[in-house]
Amino acid sequence: MDTLAILIPVSLLLGGLGLAAFLWALRSRQYDDPEGDARRILDDQWDHRPKP
Amino acid sequence: MSLADGPLPSACPACVALPATEALAESRRRAAAAGLVLSVPGLKDAAGMALAERTLAALPGVTAARVNLTLKRIGVTASPDITPQHLTEALSRVGILALELDPALLSTRESERRGRDLLMRLGVAGFSMMNIMLLSVAVWSGAEAATRDLFHWISAMIALPTLAFAGQPFFASALASLRARRLGMDVPISLALILSSAISLYETIRGGEHAYFDAAVSLCFFLLIGRYLDFRSRAAARSAAEELAALEVPRAVRLADGREQLVPIADILPGDLVLVRPGARMPVDGVVAEGASELDRSLLTGETLPVAVAAGAATSAGEMNLTGPLTVRVTAAGRESSLHRMADLVAIAESARNRYMSLADRMARRYSPAVHLLALASFVGWMIHSGGDVRLAVNVAAAVLIITCPCALALAVPSVVTAASGRLFRKGLLIKDGTALERLAEVDTVVFDKTGTLTLGAPVAAELDAHRPGDLEIAAALAAASSHPLARALAEAIAARGLLPAPVSDLRERPGYGVEGLWQGRRVRLGRAAWLGAEAGAETATWLAVDGQAPVEFRFIDRIRPGARDAVAALTAAGLRVRLMSGDARAPVAALAADLGIADWQAEMLPADKAAAITAETAGGHRVLMVGDGLNDTVALAAAHVSISPASALDAARVASDIVLLGQDLAPIADARRIAVTARRRIKQNFALSLGYNAVAVPVALIGLATPLIAALAMSTSSLTVTLNALRLK
Repeated sequence: MDTLAILIPVSLLLGGLGLAAFLWALRSRQYDDPEGDARRILDDQWDHRPKP
Repeated sequence: MSLADGPLPSACPACVALPATEALAESRRRAAAAGLVLSVPGLKDAAGMALAERTLAALPGVTAARVNLTLKRIGVTASPDITPQHLTEALSRVGILALELDPALLSTRESERRGRDLLMRLGVAGFSMMNIMLLSVAVWSGAEAATRDLFHWISAMIALPTLAFAGQPFFASALASLRARRLGMDVPISLALILSSAISLYETIRGGEHAYFDAAVSLCFFLLIGRYLDFRSRAAARSAAEELAALEVPRAVRLADGREQLVPIADILPGDLVLVRPGARMPVDGVVAEGASELDRSLLTGETLPVAVAAGAATSAGEMNLTGPLTVRVTAAGRESSLHRMADLVAIAESARNRYMSLADRMARRYSPAVHLLALASFVGWMIHSGGDVRLAVNVAAAVLIITCPCALALAVPSVVTAASGRLFRKGLLIKDGTALERLAEVDTVVFDKTGTLTLGAPVAAELDAHRPGDLEIAAALAAASSHPLARALAEAIAARGLLPAPVSDLRERPGYGVEGLWQGRRVRLGRAAWLGAEAGAETATWLAVDGQAPVEFRFIDRIRPGARDAVAALTAAGLRVRLMSGDARAPVAALAADLGIADWQAEMLPADKAAAITAETAGGHRVLMVGDGLNDTVALAAAHVSISPASALDAARVASDIVLLGQDLAPIADARRIAVTARRRIKQNFALSLGYNAVAVPVALIGLATPLIAALAMSTSSLTVTLNALRLK
C-alpha cells in the first residue's frame, strides 16, 4: 500500500502534463484547421532541400 | 482572442515558457486578420492547397498566403494596392475557383472563443474522468476500509473542482431556463450533477460504500461532447451564413463634383448619381440619367432576353448592366431598395417555417418532465418503504437521476448532424439552418426554377453550321470588340471552330445597340434586331448586317447546368414529384422540360405566382423543396418547406434558402436528400437506442440496486453506441 503514496501522485502528474499539453495546443490554435494540417504533411515542395 | 484578454493562467506552463513565439504568432495573426480573405469552395487536397499558396505567394506584393482547409478559406497578407480581383484572377488561371469575402462581416472571433472555451472544459473533464475512473476501478474490484476512503477522498478532490469548472455551461443554462419558468434539459442535468456530487461527498465523509464521483464527472464529459458537437454544427451554419453575406461586397461608384468615389452602398443617399459600368450589377434603384445600355434582368424576373434602356428608364437593384456605362440617379438605396423590400416578404414567409420544431426539441419536451417525476417518485417511494431513511432515499433518487440523464440523448442528434453536414460540406453543400436536414428528409415534391438554376444563365451560340464562314469571320471580329455576354459567347464559339476573325477596322461599340466597323470598305454591324432593321424573334439572338445584304440571325441557347439531368433523374427515381416553374417565355421552358424529362412545368410565372403555387402545394399536404436562384424565386424559397440555392444566386435568394450549393454541379442535391433521409433514420435509431438503455437501467436504479459501476457502464456504453451509429452515416 505504500506504493500508492507514490503512484497516485505520479499518475496525477502525468495526466496533468497531458492536460497542460492539450491546453497549450488549444491556445496556440492548433485545432483551427485540423483537415489542412493533416494534409500539409503530404506537400512535397521541400522534399529535396530544406525550407529557407 | 483569449491571449489578449489577460494574464495567462498557470494551467498552461508551456505558454509561459514560450512568450516570444506566442507574441510572434499573435502579431502574425493580427496581420492576417487585417488582410484579405478568399473563399475557395473547390479546394480538397494537399496538392490544391500547395498550388493555391504558391500561386498567391508568387504574386508581387503578397507577403503571405495560408489556406485553412477546414473552413475552405485563404487568408492573404498583401500590400494595400493588391485587390481581391488580382488574387481571384491569379487563382482562376491555375484552375482554382476563388470568391472574395468581406473580412469585416466574418465575425468568427466570438464563436471561436466560445468553441475553445467548451473544448477546454471538455479537456479538463476528460482528464478528471480518466483519473477518477482509475481510482474507481480499484474500489469496484474490492478496495476496503481505509484504502476505499482514501480513494474516495482523492476522487472528491479531483471531481468537485472539475464539476465546478466544467459544469458551468449546464448550470448557467439551467438557471436561465428556471428564471424563464421552464424545465429545459439542463435542469435535470444540473440537478444530477449537484445532487450526485453532494451525496457522494456526504458518503465519503461518513466512510460509506458508494460514491458517484466517477459517474458525475463522466456524465459531465459526455454531455460536454454533445454540447461541443452541437456548437460546432451551429457555428458552421452561422459562419456559412456570414460567409454568404460576405460574398457580396456591396460597393457603388458615386459621382460627386465630377469625381468618381468608391463608397459602401450604405452611404448612398437618394438623389446621388451613381456610375454603373458594363458588367456590373445595379447597386441601387434609380432612373437612368445618362447613357444607353442593355440590362440583364434574369435574376429578378427570370427573363433571358436583355432589355434596352436609355435616359429616363427605371432600373432596380440587382439588374446586370451589359453594354454601356450608365449614370443612374438614385431613387432608393439600401433598406428602401426593391431588393430589400423583397426581404420583408421573405421575413413573413419565413416566420411560418420557424415554427418547425426539431426532433430533438420534441424529444426534450417529453423527456425532461418524466425524468424529474421519476426521480421524485423514487425518493418518495423509498422514504415510505424504508420508514424515513433520508440517506437511502436520496441515494436512490440520485442514482435514478444519473442513469436517466440524457447522456446518449444529448449525443443522439448532434453526432448525426455533425456527421451528415460534414459529408454534405465535402460534396459542396453549405447547411445554413440546423433543422434544414430534418426538413429535407420530409420532402416529397421538388420545384426547380429554370434560368440560373437548371441552366447556367449563360448563353451559348447555337446552329453555327447554318451560317456562311465569311459571315462567321466578320461576326467574330465584331463580337471580339464587345464585352456583352452574347458577343463574348459568339466570339468564343466561332474561335472554337478554328475560324479567324476577318480584318474589320474602325470598330466602335454603340452602347445599347451593338458594335459596328468597316470591312472591305463596307459598313458591318452586329447587334440588336431593331437597330439593324430586322424582325426580332422570341428567342435570344443577335444579328449581323453587312451593307447591301439581308441581316443574319445568330441564335443562342442557355446551357444546362452540369448535373441537372442527373439530379432530376435521381430525384424522380427516388419517388419525388419534380416540377419546373419559370418566369421565362413558354418556348424555352417547354424545350428544357422536355430535355430534362420534367412533365410538370409552368412558364411566365410572376414571383407571387410561384409563392402561391408553393403555398397551394403545402396546403395540399405536400412538403416542397424549392431550388432557385433569382429574386423572383426569393419568396417561393422562403415559403417552401426547405430550399436550396446555388452560390451564383442573388444575395437575397441565398439569404432566404436553407442550403447553398457551392459548386456549379446540381447533382449533390439528390445526394443531399438521400443523406438527409439516412440522417433522420439514424437520429430516430439513436433515440430508440438510448431509451432502450434507460428501459433496462432505470428499473435497476428504482429498486435501489444501482451501483456506481452499473451507472458508469450504462452511461458509457449507450454514449458509445449512439456515436458509432452516427458515424455509420454514408
